[in-house]
Amino acid sequence: MKWFAGAQSVLDPAGPQAGRIHGLFEVFLWVAIIVWVLTVGAMLIAFWKKHGGERHDDTTKRVVTACGVITVAVLLALLVASAVTGSAFATVPSNNVMNIEIRGHQWWWEVHYPDYIPHERVTTANEIHIPVGRPVRFKLTSDDVIHSFWAPNLSGKLDLFPNRVNEAWFEADRPGMWRGQCAEFCGLQHANMAFWVIAEPPDKFNEWIENQRKPGVMPSTPDQAHGQEVFLNGPCVVCHTIRGTNALASVGPDLTHLASRHTIAAGTLALDRGNLAGWVTDAQRIKPGNRMPPVNVPSKDLEPLLAYLESLK
Amino acid sequence: MKHVAAGLCVSAALLLLTGCKREQRQLRAEPAERATFAAAPESPIVPGGKVPVKVEVRNPYEGDAYAIAEGEKLFSSYNCGTCHAAHGGGGMGPPLTSKNLTYGSEPENIFDTIQKGRPKGMPAWGGRLPEYQIWQLVAYVRSLSGQEPMSATPGRSDDIEYKTKAQLK
Amino acid sequence: MTPTQEAVERGTVDLSALDRSWAPPQGLLGWFRQVNHQNIGKRYIVTAFIFFILGGIEALLMRLQLAQPQNRLLNPDLYNQIFTTHGSTMMFLFAVPVMEGMGVYLVPMMVGTRNVAFPRLNAFGYYMYLFGGLFLYAGVFLHIGPDAGWFAYTPLSGPLYDPGKRTDFWAQMITFTEMSALVVAVELIVTIMKMRAPGMSLNRIPMFVWAMFIQSFMVMFAMPAVMACSGMLLFDRSVGTHFFNPAEGGDPMLWQHIFWFFGHPEVYIIFVPALGMISHIVETFSRRPILGYTALVLSQIATGFIGFGLWVHHMFATGLPQLGESFFTAASMMIAIPTGVQIFCWIATIWTGRPTLKIPLLYIAGFIAIFVIGGLSGVMIASVPLDLQVHDTFFIVAHFHYVLIGGAVFPLLGGIYFWFPKMTGRMMNDAVGTLSFWLTFIGFNITFFPMHILGLHGMPRRVYTYLPQTGWGDLNLLATCGAFILAIGFIVFVLNALSASQNGPAAGSNPWGSSNIEWSTPSPPPHYNFANIPVIRGREPMWTDPEPPVVTGLDDSRREVLVTNTLDAEPEHRYILPGPTIWPFLLAVTTTIGFIGTVFQMWWGVWGAALSFIPLVGWFWPRERPRPDLLESGCGSGGIE
Repeated sequence: MKWFAGAQSVLDPAGPQAGRIHGLFEVFLWVAIIVWVLTVGAMLIAFWKKHGGERHDDTTKRVVTACGVITVAVLLALLVASAVTGSAFATVPSNNVMNIEIRGHQWWWEVHYPDYIPHERVTTANEIHIPVGRPVRFKLTSDDVIHSFWAPNLSGKLDLFPNRVNEAWFEADRPGMWRGQCAEFCGLQHANMAFWVIAEPPDKFNEWIENQRKPGVMPSTPDQAHGQEVFLNGPCVVCHTIRGTNALASVGPDLTHLASRHTIAAGTLALDRGNLAGWVTDAQRIKPGNRMPPVNVPSKDLEPLLAYLESLK
Repeated sequence: MKHVAAGLCVSAALLLLTGCKREQRQLRAEPAERATFAAAPESPIVPGGKVPVKVEVRNPYEGDAYAIAEGEKLFSSYNCGTCHAAHGGGGMGPPLTSKNLTYGSEPENIFDTIQKGRPKGMPAWGGRLPEYQIWQLVAYVRSLSGQEPMSATPGRSDDIEYKTKAQLK
Repeated sequence: MTPTQEAVERGTVDLSALDRSWAPPQGLLGWFRQVNHQNIGKRYIVTAFIFFILGGIEALLMRLQLAQPQNRLLNPDLYNQIFTTHGSTMMFLFAVPVMEGMGVYLVPMMVGTRNVAFPRLNAFGYYMYLFGGLFLYAGVFLHIGPDAGWFAYTPLSGPLYDPGKRTDFWAQMITFTEMSALVVAVELIVTIMKMRAPGMSLNRIPMFVWAMFIQSFMVMFAMPAVMACSGMLLFDRSVGTHFFNPAEGGDPMLWQHIFWFFGHPEVYIIFVPALGMISHIVETFSRRPILGYTALVLSQIATGFIGFGLWVHHMFATGLPQLGESFFTAASMMIAIPTGVQIFCWIATIWTGRPTLKIPLLYIAGFIAIFVIGGLSGVMIASVPLDLQVHDTFFIVAHFHYVLIGGAVFPLLGGIYFWFPKMTGRMMNDAVGTLSFWLTFIGFNITFFPMHILGLHGMPRRVYTYLPQTGWGDLNLLATCGAFILAIGFIVFVLNALSASQNGPAAGSNPWGSSNIEWSTPSPPPHYNFANIPVIRGREPMWTDPEPPVVTGLDDSRREVLVTNTLDAEPEHRYILPGPTIWPFLLAVTTTIGFIGTVFQMWWGVWGAALSFIPLVGWFWPRERPRPDLLESGCGSGGIE
């Protein structure tokens, strides 16, 4: 995985939601710096000034009262700024909104692109593609405990509850890849529950989603065919889906287009052969406590299995 | 005063040592947990006497709260409930809440059932599930009939309780 | 001749009789029979600091694990237990009990009486706290410590996702410690309302006493909430109730509401006593009466009230309706006003006084520098949009450590330094004190300031590791180094205290030249605090009225105190306090048996209650019959001279 510092940051907004918050943050930050400097400055002067003159407690009390009044005024101004930003933040734009449904699991993200037409629906995991410049409404729910959906470059976070559907929205105003992470402690692998948001120009996005709508790529070499057999006759089929085959379980992430993604294990590992091998054979070593068991794949079957999985673009 | 504090610590520790087995959490089970079934009877009737046949194999997760909770999650993930009902009440498949299961209620019997499958509809999971998961399911199934210690069994699950048609009216 | 000396000469006070009637119980068994507030107060403080050290070790382990990306020092299970225990220890087993301990020790002396209103209840409260802490740590050391976070959100802390008894240990520890806090709250309220020295009207009450008074009311309203929700969680986990099970009509959000209804006032419960201590230190070392007494008191009361209206700011990311959340934004910003007013008053006091920068005042300077940062980051996160970005990240970790360590621990350390001569009769070492302050101040800022940046760079909380590609490694390493410096600063402070208690230079009764009456007693004070209860004629008695008239006529051959009325502290009647007794300890033992048992088997609640009947009978068994001459109203044959 390449260095991605800055791709998971509040301070580098890539969309209007994060941009609004960033603007508000700068206001608050400057006020905070000024107030701190004045207060600590006053304290230091209080220590080091010359003492011993006549005491004018009445004047002092008036000064203190004035400071109190200024505090109230400043807080009111900040409150108004916050309310204005908050109201803009919460208002979902009404036109051209795309819907995505996210279901949080311990410890991965299930991503659905709903559609009236069943065969246009897309299910994927841990990676969300969105078109640039179009607001996206996220319907968030959880399968088990409380999680929190947070892509800092794009917006604030919102929690995923098992008994309700929360709605958040954001928009990317330029193409790019940004990382998000679960932000509500959800158990043993909370630290390794990340996702990627990939914003693409609309035509590239349409290309992507068309591809995702197709069923899984059929094996084209004998190796891949053997790999598919290993998949379908082994434990994989108990938990995973590859559309177009008999594997239709939804305990674990949908693998139909696994190889089109950039990472595996909820953003923990880059998708490459070595990592895939390590994950498949001993996921517990990488994410101890997660729900994928170690799989005993004999070496003669492992290479074909990997070849098949890597063909699922 | 120091002695008192130490004494209190020791007695508290002794009281709680009984819980150690319950609180084990094996996050990464060994890949192969072998079990032998040569002598696991499926019937309580033994010719020649009442002494049951001794079996070597034990459920490593007997009394383990984490394993029972994992078993509960697996029971739901692997859709055992479609036949046995969400909490083992029974439907197409027999109820699991009974102490007398058809093919034996001892841990090794339940393991056998899950691993090999049974006639008339019980799938054979042995080739699909790693053994430690089957043992977790065994622990959970036994907890449904109260054969696991109460302190290790969760008080309730977080699921929706199935209601019968009559209840839904 | 002072009035006390006159009284001794005239034979109206018998010091040797006082010594006898207030003598502490001896021997090993005597330790368990102690009901004197000075001893119980010191026990609270020492026990709390031991838990502080344990919590600090947990913090260092966490920092070591996070110092490098993908570190394998702690596996996720152990890390989760450690951060949960760190938070629970610091909040429940250190911060609140240490403030309670300072209150139990200082309040009777500050109001001019000989003990708290309910000495046996006081002892019972201490034992409950001790047993609760031991119970939790017994679990921790057996690797069955709680692992769902110090605020244990459901469903993660529920029966399905947190199997075993780990969280039950946590929930029951809460019952122990909250019972102890309620006990102290009740007795302090009664002591402050009814046992003040004559003439100590409401507007002459010392600031720390006001602070403990307000804090005690906060405890009384907030603690039952957490006892209720921890009880509900225990029932969900063991009995099978559905309080937090959405499938059967419960709601995980219910936990958050009830918990935070307690959780937010909890931090003010920790903070308000510190505010009281600051006033004493600032007044003493500015060598002038505190400026704005009324404003300070009203600000503390306002903080206490408003503190109950903020709890939803912990839940801004849960998807509650925006209008409701805005109300809590306004309230959360509003609470900065009384706190700001207090800081302005203190700075004004120093400005117009003649300050000498002794160690306690140095800690207060540290408080101002650090707490104001915490308060300002608090104003930031009071705003919903900003909070939605930084909630549950290291920005929040930075914020609350700035307000808790800056706002409570720094004044506490200053307060300990300040009252150490009174408690032990010896002075702590100034050079070592300066060193410990600077190590603590610098170490603290190196540890926690980078966390603001880490949070803004996307690092969530409660993660046992992170990928190297995030770029968070450098700041985490810096924070870990700072943590060790901070730890050394605290250790130096503790060593200073320990060595000074053995070899420090002797302190007189008022080494700092302070203004309140606790400084009129010898250091350390005798077990009866005052030979004669002084009459209070001003706010700074030691400065304006060093030889006040005293109360005579209390019977020195028994533990007798004066009860006065609430508003103006006019004497009402005498009251006999109980002496050393074993029943509070035994009641604590039987209650503990019941509480610990219910974690495993609910029936133990019944057995524990039945067993507790015995020490309760012993406790309330009528003792001697009161003497007929004491049954008159008024003060009997005594008076004020």
